[in-house]
Amino acid sequence: METVTNHMEYLPTMEQIDSTIMSQVLSEVENYDYNAYTKADVKRALQKETIDVEAFKALLSPAATPFLEEMAQRATLETRKHFGNSVSLFTPLYIANYCENNCVYCGFNCKNKINRGKLSLEEIEQELKNIASTGLQDILLLTGESRHMSDVSYIGEAVKLASKYFSLVGIEIYPLNSDEYAYLHECGADYVCVYQETYDTDKYETMHLSGPKRCYPYRFHAQERALMGNMRGVAFGALLGLGDFRKDAFATGLHAMLVQKKYPHAEISFSPPRLRPFINHAEENPKDVHETQLLQVMLSYRLFMPYAGITISTRERAGFRDNVIGMCATKISAGVKVSVGGHNSEAKGDEQFEISDPRTVSEVHQSILDHGLQPVYVDYIRV
Amino acid sequence: MQVNGKQITVKTPITLKEFLLDQDYTLSHIAVEINEAIIPKEAYETTQLKESDIIEIVNFVGGGSGLEDQDPLIIKDHKFHSRFILGSGKFSLEMTKKVIENAGVEMATLALRRANVGGEENILDYMPSNVTLLPNTSGARNASEAVRIAHLARELGCGDFVKLEIIHDSKYLMPDNYETIKATEILAKEGFIVMPYMYPDLNVARELENVGAAAVMPLGAPIGSNKGLLTKPFIEMLVEEISLPIIVDAGIGRPSQACEAMELGVAAVMANTSIATARDVAQMATAFKLAVEAGRHAYLAGLGRVLEKRGEASSPLTGFLND
Repeated sequence: METVTNHMEYLPTMEQIDSTIMSQVLSEVENYDYNAYTKADVKRALQKETIDVEAFKALLSPAATPFLEEMAQRATLETRKHFGNSVSLFTPLYIANYCENNCVYCGFNCKNKINRGKLSLEEIEQELKNIASTGLQDILLLTGESRHMSDVSYIGEAVKLASKYFSLVGIEIYPLNSDEYAYLHECGADYVCVYQETYDTDKYETMHLSGPKRCYPYRFHAQERALMGNMRGVAFGALLGLGDFRKDAFATGLHAMLVQKKYPHAEISFSPPRLRPFINHAEENPKDVHETQLLQVMLSYRLFMPYAGITISTRERAGFRDNVIGMCATKISAGVKVSVGGHNSEAKGDEQFEISDPRTVSEVHQSILDHGLQPVYVDYIRV
Repeated sequence: MQVNGKQITVKTPITLKEFLLDQDYTLSHIAVEINEAIIPKEAYETTQLKESDIIEIVNFVGGGSGLEDQDPLIIKDHKFHSRFILGSGKFSLEMTKKVIENAGVEMATLALRRANVGGEENILDYMPSNVTLLPNTSGARNASEAVRIAHLARELGCGDFVKLEIIHDSKYLMPDNYETIKATEILAKEGFIVMPYMYPDLNVARELENVGAAAVMPLGAPIGSNKGLLTKPFIEMLVEEISLPIIVDAGIGRPSQACEAMELGVAAVMANTSIATARDVAQMATAFKLAVEAGRHAYLAGLGRVLEKRGEASSPLTGFLND
């Protein structure tokens, strides 16, 4: 029998940093009653030149649904102002799917009987070469969350290889201490994605039954530790549909805003994933986050933080993705495989979730051009 | 020797390059034939002229009002006829060439971090060869990163020009004047032609001049904001006090604002977003070209007198004095 840990307490090896951002976010979210906002509040919000926290709350409320078109028009202008016609392309590469966490909604859940695997460094290099041959220059390396099966030095070696073939290397792995982020940065990693999944601490507890991920505050402070470790960019996200998506989206935006304020140089981005069907858990599928709500969240992020990147994943269908680039999304994945490896030889492990847009890099490239936008493969110099 | 049909005397030994620069040619705008053989640009420096040579120099610069020839923009030893500098960060690449033609630009910035050298959608593939590249250090957060990006630009063959851009703020993208001074000093000593992007602070501009900047590029308004000359009074101070070319960069949202900046006496204007986000990008490029020219003409024509707040009183107020 495993011992059930307190999800708000740090485990002994976890670094604790001096930050008030978590308590600020939690208290603001606690007091956010989105049903209290009226159409008049939304109109007032849209009249403001800068969307402040109060306006952001109004835009995320149900009252804003009839204003989606207006929000989309304004978001398009903001996106053009800050990003021009550019749309960045990247692809994820799963190098391992071992996991020590029991998260009830996730395909990689340690209790799931799926095929587990981990690429050798030779296999990683082969995958990287294959992906680089498509023209991509931005890669996101992913692992399941297992410090034992995919330790920091293994990830470090993978990052070193990736930085040989790619101009920009991101990592989406288990949260680390700041010295470990600093090590991976030295290996060549540029940005870090850590998603809080849900900001609701009670919901978080019921969704993360065991494993290090159960510790909420350690995960919450990952972006700050990454920036302390000299990472250039950090990505934020809640898995929309897991908890109350409006509160989670609000918390995500506020979290990102406060981190940017404390670390003004940090390049901030959002990922707005919705729950997808996953292995063994048909009953935990998304209920209330339809495309309308997803778009409302993305537009609200854009208007609240016009300078932040927004990444749209292959969880969404091509038709949705093609229309949100240029409007609010600034980065799009292409040629995606969510199994371990799978870009050249056979996949070594099962997928984390199902994807909805299987298009290749050149197909996505063409689609960006067809929308009058500019595909950008690199927007970065590692110095 | 004979140059374009005229017999002239030139002190030898002299290389073709030395001769052309001495005669005020813009190297990127000409083709040279010696004794009926075309000389490739890279050979200008090694070609020694002889008294018996017959030289033909063809100039590619088009017509125009003629003002551009008498009133060139000079940055260090380089001469430009256009006073409009194009930022290239936000265009669809296939538009770049059209915009450069319509706007008549001779200098365009190149965000090195966007130059996908050897890869897909490399902006360098879209730059006409007669345009002087002004690689910028965007992405640099401090002086040492900017210096490294400038070195990289030089290695890539972008020449000695560098637009120094150091930004430590992802929200407002405000330039870090302090780090900019440090990097300007380092790069100027290394022979770069440094054009620093800055917040228009007179003391900083003086310091940039002291440490070897070739121009200063104050912002008109926050980058990408299209808000125009919000910093006008401070830019006017720079025009008064700084002997370097002042180039207004960032914030220029419409041709009338570019014109207004030129009327103040700034040496040139740079814009990007305002053209890139226009409905008809190519036509907006033309509009900017004309606006910059109009503003320059107005400045040279002595706008200051026209703008005096009061006219001369026909009967002077102090006419009653009887000393």
